[in-house]
Amino acid sequence: MASARKRSTRPTSVRKAWRSLSWLGVIIVALFGINAAGVIWGGGSWTPKLALDLEGGTQIILAPQLESGQTVSQEQLDQAVSIIRQRVDASGVSESEINTQGNNVVVQIPGELDEQTRQRVQSSAKLELRPVLLAGQPSDEAIGDPSASPTPEPEEEPLESTPSVPPTDGSDLNWVTPALQDEFDTFQCSTLDDAETNVAPADEPLVTCDQSRTVKYLLGPVEVSGEHITDATSGMAQTQTGATTGEWVVNLVFDGTGTKEFAKVSARLFALKAESPRDQFAFVLDGGVLSAPQMNGVISNGKPQISGSFTQESAKALADQLKFGALPISFTVQSSDTISATLGSAQLQNGLIAGLIGLILVVIYTLFQYRLLGTVTIASLVVAGVITYLAITILSWREGYRLSLAGVAGLIVAIGFTADSFIIYFERVRDELRDGRGLVSAVEAGWKRAFRTVLASKGVNLLAAIVLFILAVGSVKGFAFTLGLTTVIDVLIVIMFTHPMLQLLAQTKFFSSGHSWSGLDPTALGAVYRGRAEFRKPTAVPAKKAAASAGEAKRRQTIAERKAQTSTAEAEPTTEGKDS
Amino acid sequence: MASRLTTFGNDLYTGKRSFNFVGGRRTWYLIVGILVIASVLVPVVRGFNFGIEFRGGSQFQITNVAEAEAQPAIDAVASVVPETVAKVTIVGADGVRVQTDQLEQDDSHAVAAALSKAYDVDAAEVTSSYIGPSWGADVTRQAIFGLIAFLLLATIIMALYFRTWKMSIAAIIALLCDLVVTVGVYAAVGFEITPAAMIGILTILSYSLYDTVVVFDKVRENTAEDGEESKRTFAESVNLAVNQTLVRSINTSVVAALPVAAILFIGAGVLGADTLRDISLALLVGIIVGTWSTVFLAAPLYSQLREGEPAVKRHDQRVLKERERAGGTPGLAELAAE
Repeated sequence: MASARKRSTRPTSVRKAWRSLSWLGVIIVALFGINAAGVIWGGGSWTPKLALDLEGGTQIILAPQLESGQTVSQEQLDQAVSIIRQRVDASGVSESEINTQGNNVVVQIPGELDEQTRQRVQSSAKLELRPVLLAGQPSDEAIGDPSASPTPEPEEEPLESTPSVPPTDGSDLNWVTPALQDEFDTFQCSTLDDAETNVAPADEPLVTCDQSRTVKYLLGPVEVSGEHITDATSGMAQTQTGATTGEWVVNLVFDGTGTKEFAKVSARLFALKAESPRDQFAFVLDGGVLSAPQMNGVISNGKPQISGSFTQESAKALADQLKFGALPISFTVQSSDTISATLGSAQLQNGLIAGLIGLILVVIYTLFQYRLLGTVTIASLVVAGVITYLAITILSWREGYRLSLAGVAGLIVAIGFTADSFIIYFERVRDELRDGRGLVSAVEAGWKRAFRTVLASKGVNLLAAIVLFILAVGSVKGFAFTLGLTTVIDVLIVIMFTHPMLQLLAQTKFFSSGHSWSGLDPTALGAVYRGRAEFRKPTAVPAKKAAASAGEAKRRQTIAERKAQTSTAEAEPTTEGKDS
Repeated sequence: MASRLTTFGNDLYTGKRSFNFVGGRRTWYLIVGILVIASVLVPVVRGFNFGIEFRGGSQFQITNVAEAEAQPAIDAVASVVPETVAKVTIVGADGVRVQTDQLEQDDSHAVAAALSKAYDVDAAEVTSSYIGPSWGADVTRQAIFGLIAFLLLATIIMALYFRTWKMSIAAIIALLCDLVVTVGVYAAVGFEITPAAMIGILTILSYSLYDTVVVFDKVRENTAEDGEESKRTFAESVNLAVNQTLVRSINTSVVAALPVAAILFIGAGVLGADTLRDISLALLVGIIVGTWSTVFLAAPLYSQLREGEPAVKRHDQRVLKERERAGGTPGLAELAAE
């Protein structure tokens, strides 16, 4: 049995081993090529970017903009911190630090700030939804003579500024007092930045412009506050049959309160369809109108869709602003400075020295335990190290991944976790040798069993990484990313390097003869104790179903075995037998 | 030496030599219980030492500095409050920012004065303020939320993989003990709980469960493959699996612990690096406790959960009866009898 198996698998296993190794070589060369291309054309680098604690970065201080007499509560500040953190994290695994200092919010972002992130932090602030009362072309034609513009002086001609009839709802034109009408008529969009529309009271009408300053609006009081938007995405509009129309839209999701409020408003505005522009609903960000779509129906499910002449970029930009735009108060940038690292390169160096010493200890221990087999472990670690380094460098170029000191520690720890799967494998091979198998067959059988265990246990690791990455924020996200990356690389290495290497070594005389220095000496492994050792029949592992589809093969075999067992008591013991 | 461990491994594999992990479970439970209670009591009595990232702290801003360097600030802070570690950052071209733990009013004034002297600037150029926690409630909440979600998902996935929820329960209980003991050791040593420490603790989650899955995979293999005609009781099968994976457990935890220990003792002890010290202590404790809890807690607990099942009971009784008929084999027989 065993000799027949040897003859049939020897050539295939060697061929498979070489194929795996070649593919691994292709992967490494490809990663190397991608990185080289990045360095030459894309502003990449041969070293990964470092996080705030090691490299320093940019500090932006945001000060709250308050109406006179208004105060800011700690709760509002905390909420603002949390929203800004989401915004900053949206640009990748950035390892930013955000906290409060007095009434200010301090945002520290590693490295040089890219324009997109700066925009995210600075521009988006308070979001309000107001109904449109009046809209018109701005009277900016005479922009050359703003001093000559006929701004009426209140002393001279005091216009009525309180509604004669109290307005009944947000769209009521009774809001438009003569004074307000005059302000609207004379309002110039060029003065939007100075108009302090962003600190306008929520319960009063507002005169403002859209962000491109081509339309000016007279808006009613705030009817839905931006913090009730739970999600905003951009996408192609779909017909009822699910086909895309090719038109870009923004989809909103409101929370419970927002849904109720929006349903009420949408019913009212839709009824005003004949009286455009009063059927429009304006999204006001920092006092400027982002978008003022018409209400095309009554939306009671809290999931409105904004359509219009969007491009992919403008739809995405609006969705981002709506999603992350809901700060409880407005902030203005007080200062923006470069800052140095808090820990610096000396710490990084210490960490790397410690890591190197740790690695040497691991090498010594492994050689001690597994003799020459330990060199396979060391070679595997080296290959894993190379791939991890390249992956991290590429990711820091493409995805803004940054290495903090905690991340460095995580990578050093990954040395041990990676070596772990090799040890599982080696111990399994040894177990098979103890059962009296030949080396080639022991390697295949041991692999089949170890592979399952490695996949299951690494699956748990990967699960932890994915869950933490999705649910956590800040530096935990960065850590989860490192954990997940090293886990995937570990599995890749054990399949594509460690196992093929062992398959090849099993063919060499040194190992197959069981040299006492090989680490796989059957005599030392007690293969002679065939007495009590024989509690597993060697036939339990069928030769043909080799490593490739081990999991699937095992499952099928299990079902077959289970059937067999019901028919005869002498059948092969099942894998599932009592586990139910 | 190496061959001695190999021989040791051989004996464990064949069952020639065996540690009674499952049978001695009362002792192990007692030890784990004492450790857990101690770990809960230490923080209750001493309290946690939360870092500036959790509590907020004092911040000093020095402007118009001639030479923006970090060292004068570190020395100045140390001269007033030696027990505090100052985080110094250069802001722009001529600003220095110093962050410390929350200071008393008097200390705060003294530090401000020391800083103005160290940088040779006017006292008016040094402003002090309170800095809020950067690891605020929401980051902590998100991390804890992630942890709970992970535990639930891992429980379900393990139950599906092993096809018995009892393994999930045993693994999760062992995991929780690991967490409690690690946090307890942290509180006992008196290190600050920093984000780095939190990250170390989150890593343990992953490692502890990983270790348990490896051992349970062997347990499942043994208990299942032996089938009905097994000559061993259920508890003996579990115990054999733990013994058979013992060399692996020792080797993997040594290999995992070596780099961590190197960081802890060399990186932090000799060279002084606090982030590394925080994360590596959590990891070192977690790796040791994680390995220990799998062998001494998770496996015996699983065995105990299953022994009550009618099918397992029937099988165990039959095995014991057969053994009696054969003249009574010494060894592990008594442990299944309880």
